[in-house]
Amino acid sequence: MSPRIVVTKLLGSLATLAFVVVFNFFLFRIVSGDPVATLFRGRNLSDSQRDELTREFGLDGSQLEQFWAYLKQTAGLNFGRSYITNQPVIEEIAAKAPATIALVGISAVLSAVFGILIGIAAGWRRNSKTDYAATTSTMTLYSMPDFWLGMLLLSFFAVTLGWFPVGGIQDPNGADSGFGKLLDQGQHLVLPALTLTLAYLGEYALVMRSSLIDTMREDFLILARAKGLRDGLVRNRHAVPNALLPVVTLIAINFGFVLSGAIAVETIFSWPGLGLASYEALRGPDLPMLQGLFLVFSAAVILFNLIADLLYVALDPRVRTA
Amino acid sequence: MSGTVALPPTRRIAWQRRRRALGSAWSQYRRSRPGMIGLAVLALFVLVALAAPLLADEAGLSAVNSTGNEAWASPGDFGPLGTDGLGRSIWTQLVWGARVSLLVGLAATIVATVIGMAVGITAGFYGGAVGAVLMRLTEWFLVIPFLPLAIVLAAVLGPSIQNIIIVIGITSWPSMARLLRAQVLTLKERLYVDRSRALGASQTHLMIRHILPNVSGLILANTTLTVPVAILSETVLAFLGFGDPSRASWGKMLEEAFQRGAITEQAWWWYGPPGVAIVLVVLAFTLCGRALEEILDPRLRERSS
Repeated sequence: MSPRIVVTKLLGSLATLAFVVVFNFFLFRIVSGDPVATLFRGRNLSDSQRDELTREFGLDGSQLEQFWAYLKQTAGLNFGRSYITNQPVIEEIAAKAPATIALVGISAVLSAVFGILIGIAAGWRRNSKTDYAATTSTMTLYSMPDFWLGMLLLSFFAVTLGWFPVGGIQDPNGADSGFGKLLDQGQHLVLPALTLTLAYLGEYALVMRSSLIDTMREDFLILARAKGLRDGLVRNRHAVPNALLPVVTLIAINFGFVLSGAIAVETIFSWPGLGLASYEALRGPDLPMLQGLFLVFSAAVILFNLIADLLYVALDPRVRTA
Repeated sequence: MSGTVALPPTRRIAWQRRRRALGSAWSQYRRSRPGMIGLAVLALFVLVALAAPLLADEAGLSAVNSTGNEAWASPGDFGPLGTDGLGRSIWTQLVWGARVSLLVGLAATIVATVIGMAVGITAGFYGGAVGAVLMRLTEWFLVIPFLPLAIVLAAVLGPSIQNIIIVIGITSWPSMARLLRAQVLTLKERLYVDRSRALGASQTHLMIRHILPNVSGLILANTTLTVPVAILSETVLAFLGFGDPSRASWGKMLEEAFQRGAITEQAWWWYGPPGVAIVLVVLAFTLCGRALEEILDPRLRERSS
């Protein structure tokens, strides 16, 4: 991979990040007319508090000065304080990120693995009964609102059967540390992780299937068969590695998106991560928190898009030489 | 009788050709079983949405008019689908919700299609600096995560059906723009466009007579595939509390069911039906869109032949 490509992609990502930062400014301060009123909607402020906050945010100057103040704050990761907890937004986000990363990380990996396996099974025997069953079920999963799937799983496995806790990340009366705590948290993780896995698996399966079907038309597969290789060998050594390419980039891109995609599912299971924080900020409304979360979510997508681009270059020799 | 030969007007020839193309597309579509199933399901839901006043009394949507009903009644006790935690009939909400969900899905898709068409066709047709700027903008909108953006926009704009349509519309256009740009780029290099240009056709003429008719199929297929995404988006936004407080939609029903503890009450008849309706409509649109895509998208046509 030539350094020039890496630098180009990196600069492109930075430009996108800059766009998001500027966009964020316009969204919160220009569109809404009176920024202080919007930022502090739903709260009673005395006039002196109001003036002080206006100064603190640099909102008393011209719009250009405001923009400059905003840039400085954002560069210093100062998004203000949450209304709900009165803690700095950045600390709130840092405290809640691990729960989301654990949930989303596990489900992203599981959905990719199972989605790819289902896609291979369906695509390799196209128009077979397996293909028909797999495509129908993955299409149905893909058409479901993820939080509704969560509600169904919650009501069946947690309420009716009582196998799993109905929400949260740990039992308040459970073990406080060590293996017991881990086991407790694991038990709380099962249902939300299962929901997200099922919700995302459909897309991978569908993409893997059509990619494999495309690959099966390639000449090198005919050659592989002509050499007399067994079916399994043709599939695992020749077809699948080539068909994986679009799926790998999709996985990388989706990693960025699932961070924010878990908002509704975290809400259903009261999973105390960034998604639930977004929901609470929205209900508040807690605009500094929303603004901070929006930047963090966007930054995640941009980062993983960059990774996807670089992965693609690294994996596909046709792009590398172009 | 010399010199002039009576030619049929060119416009009539063009229309005849178009009608024939449409006819053959339809006969191709009819052969796709998933496409026909999707179309039938869609027709059913559109019918229900249109006939809502005949199927259920709108007054039943309000809790004030439902005080006579038993709350949390299962379908066995209160037909046909039971009541919610306030005694309102689930069936009434489901039928009237179909209107809101379909309306938002279609309207948001139109907004997205118009923006996507404007950006994509302009970028592809004019190219150059304008095209480059437009494509950069498209790339930017592609990476902004949908849900947080929609949430922020909705928080700034306030909850109403109109705002939900705007929010979904302005977050769903980039893929359409990218697809159209690519298609227009190849179209404008075609020989017949060159010929027309050489004969002195204006840019507007080229655009309306040659480019637009040739991307209309692609636009139709893509629009059909955008509707289900828009409906799912409406559902999740309504679930997060952005539904119009005064109008029932399927997403709003799910929100209320969740907020009022329908899961712990085991009131499956409350949160079940709206979810099933969403899945059916989304699936139906997806099936129709894929069938159309296979017929109308030139890239896929090559593949399937």
